[in-house]
Amino acid sequence: MTEITNITIVGAGHGGGTFAAALRSGGYTGEIVLIGDEPHIPYQRPPLSKDYLKDAASFQQLQLKPEQYYLDQHVSTHLGSRVESIGPAAKSITLEGGLSLTYGVLVLATGSRPRRIPLPGVDLKGIHELRTIADADALKPIMQDGKRIALIGGGYIGLEVAASAIGLGGGAVVIEREARVLARVASEPLSNFLQDFHRAKGVEILVDSQVTALEGDVEGFVKAVLLSDGRRIPCDAALLCVGGVPNDELAKGAGLACDGGIVVDLSGRTSDPSIFALGDVTRRPLPLYDDQMFRLESVPNALEQGKQIAAELLGKPAPAAEVQWFWSNQYDLKIQIAGLPLGADRRIVRGNPDDGKFSVCHLAGSRLLCVEAVNSPADFLGAKALIGQKPAMDLDKVADSAIALKAAILSG
Amino acid sequence: MPKITYVTFDNISTTVEVANKSSVMDGAKNHGIDGIAADCGGACACATCHVYVDDAFVAKIPAATDMELGLLDAVGDRRPTSRLSCQITVGPELDGLVVHMPESQYS
Repeated sequence: MTEITNITIVGAGHGGGTFAAALRSGGYTGEIVLIGDEPHIPYQRPPLSKDYLKDAASFQQLQLKPEQYYLDQHVSTHLGSRVESIGPAAKSITLEGGLSLTYGVLVLATGSRPRRIPLPGVDLKGIHELRTIADADALKPIMQDGKRIALIGGGYIGLEVAASAIGLGGGAVVIEREARVLARVASEPLSNFLQDFHRAKGVEILVDSQVTALEGDVEGFVKAVLLSDGRRIPCDAALLCVGGVPNDELAKGAGLACDGGIVVDLSGRTSDPSIFALGDVTRRPLPLYDDQMFRLESVPNALEQGKQIAAELLGKPAPAAEVQWFWSNQYDLKIQIAGLPLGADRRIVRGNPDDGKFSVCHLAGSRLLCVEAVNSPADFLGAKALIGQKPAMDLDKVADSAIALKAAILSG
Repeated sequence: MPKITYVTFDNISTTVEVANKSSVMDGAKNHGIDGIAADCGGACACATCHVYVDDAFVAKIPAATDMELGLLDAVGDRRPTSRLSCQITVGPELDGLVVHMPESQYS
């Protein structure tokens, strides 16, 4: 490969920002251009629904690196700039306003955005989404003063914001279309535990509930959520949190292969050899699951892909496949998930949910695939270390929470 | 501001000033010190900011919570002086603190 002298990153989020830093710490001395549509240097998004919303973390604490880092490390930033199009033949991008830049290698880290649902009343005042620091700043004042927020969608963001609302002395109602919260991303024991926990804290949780419209007052502020069975759920504000969609329009416009996300290989390369992609926007193979293709929305996923691309561009050995993992904080609960339960045929609960401390282990036969840990950090890290090795487990020991998970490997 | 010294596994040390009330992890992040990955950003969720605290300072740092101890239980290279640096809040009593980063956090 000819020497790379310019790496242009579109998307200055957690993935893009970490990748830029990884290039420098990996020894790359060429030009790095980092372009983001928000007017901010890269920051962490996970606290936006938690500590930042509760004023327990400042924006400065959320920044991945201080402003000075980008100057010291010669990372040219174009912030508040939207890329309009990519010209793969000329290896150029055009920014909003017409500025054209050429690239040596292009890395798309454009992330995902909240799914919008075409509900009557969705344009009323007091209806929010939560993706950026600006979104969180708009949401913050509403969550104080005992106001009641309706969370439309019982996923992790909805539950985290509900917990934050309660923590701020406000009220929350979670409205979920499926029969349980987290229906697509958690097992039944975890969903049930969290529903009970939230209800005990004062959150109203409505499942099997289809939203049909949002109702406003004469001034155009949302006042209620209307359900298909005729119920009217009063609220002072609403958050639409029904999942995310990939920001893959730029890639599609450039003719890159997309399939519900930009299709990449294990080096992060797209169908154009000079264009790579990472994070929420990609559909990527998972080596621990027979290279099945997935689009994952998680920080560790974006970080792993950043390492894959950095290794490829800097001519280093490809990093070992990582076990996927996720976390969520709600009240004093820490939920940590290692692995994905793909193909699981057995479920073992370690510990007792009534104690507020348990793990749901998912196995295929005796092979450990995934652990959902609640306030059980050793189970989480144990699983994270084990899952990649695909060991056979002693099922009786897995079921005994007095025995460390890492000691529950079948011997001999 | 308290001075903190970060020592890599191959014995390269960097001393920097870290603001009171921020964490030892923040200090590494803000000064571009490698070896504290902090993948979760300081949420006590991932154990990638593991450090060994210099003996003289172990008693000056409040005891680890159950959550931190649980994560430390599962790290591969734990020592009696192991802590997660996102859980160490900097104050005047930690001026001169030395922390060592484990080799496993260099990739």
